[in-house]
Amino acid sequence: MARFLAKRIAGAFVVLALVSLMSFAIIWLVPGDPTAAFLDTSATPEQVARLRHELGLDQPMIIQMLDWYGRILHGDLGHSILLNRSVTAAILERLPVTLSLAGVALTLALIAGVSAGIVAAVNHNRWPDQVVMTAALFGLSVPDFWLGIMLILLLAVKFDFFPTGGYVPISEDPLGWLDSIVMPAMTLAVIQVGFIARMTRASMLEVLNQDFIRTADAKGLTRTEIMLHHGLPNALVPVLTVAGIVAGALLGGAVIIEQVFSIPGVGRLIIGGILSRDYPVIQGGLLFLAVIYLGVNLAVDILYAAVDPRVRLE
Amino acid sequence: MSAVISDPATASQSPTWHVASRLVHNRSFMIGAGLVLAIALLTLFAGWLAPFDPLRSSFRTRLRPPDATYWLGTDHFGRDILSRLLFGARISLTIGLLTALATGVAGTLIGATAGFFRPLDNPVMRLMDALMAFPAILLAIAVAAVLGASVPNVIIALAVATTPHTARIVRASVLIVREQEFVEAARALGATELRVLFRHVLPNALGPLIVRLTYVFATAILAEAALSFIGVGPPPPAPSFGSIIAQGRDFIAEAPWITIFPGFAIMVSVLGLNLLGDGLRDVLDPRMRT
Amino acid sequence: MARPILEVKGLTTTLAGGTITILEDVSFGLQPGEVLGVVGESGSGKSMLALSVMGLLPKAVRRTAGRIVLDGEDLAALSPDRWRERRGSDLAMIFQEPMTALNPVMRVGDQVAEVLRRQGIPAKKARQETINLFRKVEIPSPEQRVRGYPHELSGGMRQRVMIAIALAANPKVLIADEPTTALDVTVQAQILDLLRKLQKERGLSLVFITHDLGVIAEIADRVLVLYAGRVAEIAPVRKIFDNPQHPYTRALLASIPEIDRPRGRLVTIEGAVPSIGAMPKGCRYASRCPFRRDICEQESPRLGLVSSDQAAACVQPFGFEKPQEEALA
Repeated sequence: MARFLAKRIAGAFVVLALVSLMSFAIIWLVPGDPTAAFLDTSATPEQVARLRHELGLDQPMIIQMLDWYGRILHGDLGHSILLNRSVTAAILERLPVTLSLAGVALTLALIAGVSAGIVAAVNHNRWPDQVVMTAALFGLSVPDFWLGIMLILLLAVKFDFFPTGGYVPISEDPLGWLDSIVMPAMTLAVIQVGFIARMTRASMLEVLNQDFIRTADAKGLTRTEIMLHHGLPNALVPVLTVAGIVAGALLGGAVIIEQVFSIPGVGRLIIGGILSRDYPVIQGGLLFLAVIYLGVNLAVDILYAAVDPRVRLE
Repeated sequence: MSAVISDPATASQSPTWHVASRLVHNRSFMIGAGLVLAIALLTLFAGWLAPFDPLRSSFRTRLRPPDATYWLGTDHFGRDILSRLLFGARISLTIGLLTALATGVAGTLIGATAGFFRPLDNPVMRLMDALMAFPAILLAIAVAAVLGASVPNVIIALAVATTPHTARIVRASVLIVREQEFVEAARALGATELRVLFRHVLPNALGPLIVRLTYVFATAILAEAALSFIGVGPPPPAPSFGSIIAQGRDFIAEAPWITIFPGFAIMVSVLGLNLLGDGLRDVLDPRMRT
Repeated sequence: MARPILEVKGLTTTLAGGTITILEDVSFGLQPGEVLGVVGESGSGKSMLALSVMGLLPKAVRRTAGRIVLDGEDLAALSPDRWRERRGSDLAMIFQEPMTALNPVMRVGDQVAEVLRRQGIPAKKARQETINLFRKVEIPSPEQRVRGYPHELSGGMRQRVMIAIALAANPKVLIADEPTTALDVTVQAQILDLLRKLQKERGLSLVFITHDLGVIAEIADRVLVLYAGRVAEIAPVRKIFDNPQHPYTRALLASIPEIDRPRGRLVTIEGAVPSIGAMPKGCRYASRCPFRRDICEQESPRLGLVSSDQAAACVQPFGFEKPQEEALA
């Protein structure tokens, strides 16, 4: 177990180093001079030089890189040109918003996806299976931002069940928070519900075909007991391994969904940064989300080892 | 090739025939293929089918709800939504297809390199892991924005976001195939490593790749729409599914049809491709059923 | 004879909507405390017979006729739910593959205790009883082992756990389907010894399925020989070995490798079992039988008594003359 973890954490650090480099290197992709986005053509060479210095672009690449590593190790993601404040502070301020959105969506996706998958597997090739699988396929095929707009149109504009957008911090007003988060979280979860339902169903079908299920049957256990005590714990192992992927997809999806529902989260900050070419925000935001993703996946691996006793041996 | 050990890729016609017959009997595949074919035809003949010029604006026909003339209504420039959808499908599907092809080439090169040339495996795959750590859609948005909004840049951005996973799939199949007997046999018969790779290993790794690229095609259509919605998609005035929705959003309360119909168009296209992918997966890649 | 604890009458099972017959008109009885050995080649329907009695037939297989009478009650007439209640109490089964028959993510002790808990035994007592059962099946340091997972145990140890699960039910009839086949030879002997000992101690009524006549000789009181889904012969174990009546039984005996037989003289039965989709009209063994007559290909022979406790399904059983060695060589 300890060796498994040590190996896993060491691997994560290598990837982390690459991820931070890539977040930084995105500025090198910019055709021409990155400062052009901020300064109009009338800018004096001195102004350009000052901005280049501010962005560190006057240094050789390797120095830029080392400087970047040095700064992020101190938690300094740079200074946003447009917000005129520290990128780290701006992200941390918005992080709870994005995390609560992604967290609620993950919870919804897991509950709905796993239950739907079980219903489908238990009724293999009968109508509940077909209904679930068709719905899952639609879930995987619907553009989430469009679904969000449709929900706003239906549930907010037409029926006034929910606000059209915005966000209420849970600390201010828990009910208001719930009101503001339900629709975006549902929208965000839809694709993942489809994914998890298909995954759970396939995994459950495979498990139900295995010998130990027949052993459980030979013990005279009821169908429900067999499903809950023997089928599900085994079927959930592969589902758990994709929870990290799902979490990553939810973080990415949140970027778009925050835009649809005007939620002031990290996603909106980054999109704002991208549209206004605020490079420190882009770099810092990308790095931040990637680090969260790596952290979640590491956590999933550890959880995986806890659920499946076979992994611990390695 | 030795007569004794048959290479599935170069063996007689019968495996191909077998795959074709299984595909014809696969319901997902047939429904998906039907949908995709129908959409492709509509797109190809958009010039004849579209009742109006998708770019012609007219103040008098502004924000018309669907009626007998404008089947799907008009937008805030008075442009016919149906015509814009037919032409928009061209751009969206082209982006989807080209993204799939670009990802196919890049993913195969990277995955085959990692899987076939052992010393490169670890560094290359760690690089892919790092790329996969960024939310794919965000990576695409960032790359598209940084490169500047244009159709080729959108394709590059989407290909960057979808390549790591594709490379991983190719690598996995290469690792399996390279250990098989007919590959050993080809080597024993004096084939060069590159010849072994291109002639024997890659053709046998094709199944999972085709399945993956079908899903990439579907994902790329969804992602293009998201990019357009954010404002880093193909530039106006040319329509794409995503840009029609993005423009319609400002008129959602008064003219919801602008937004509603392109969403369905996306859904039907993506659904068709997903069904196609499911069918292909059942037949070509029974290992990875999900 | 006393009333049999288990009686199977005219059991017939089919596959694929009735077009393929797997078991046909299989009948036998099992006396309390008796060990009935069931032998046959792979594909003869041995496992299907076990699963039929348990009520665990795969979905595609259907029982089309027959009664399965357990202690006076016809299980086949029960609802699936009532039959299920008999499993893990009156009926228990040990499977062939100890590697896959245990739930990989559940502690082995819990997998035994589960059966005890069904009988209403409180958790704490069930845990103690599990340790006792582990001791009974001779698992070393049972207090620690109950907390282990299947992957931490060897094949032999896992099979002991399976036996403990079966014993936990305290069954009227225990079915063991090739319980030693998947194990190493030395472990096979240990498991067989254990089963024999437990059977004697507890007076278990045991149906022991195997393809290995050597194992049969060690454990069975009576033997049922299954060929292509039909009963070929049924007799006390001594008679099966000393005086087999069905040509197939003879051929099986002749195919047992013996240490004192000269090398290169290993007898195998010529030909192959007919495939289940293409059963011949007459005797299913006819195509391989050296004593075949015209009638054998016309009608299938019924199981007929040769003596008071021996029956064979052959138009011309050997009777009690000496076996014709030369005919088999």
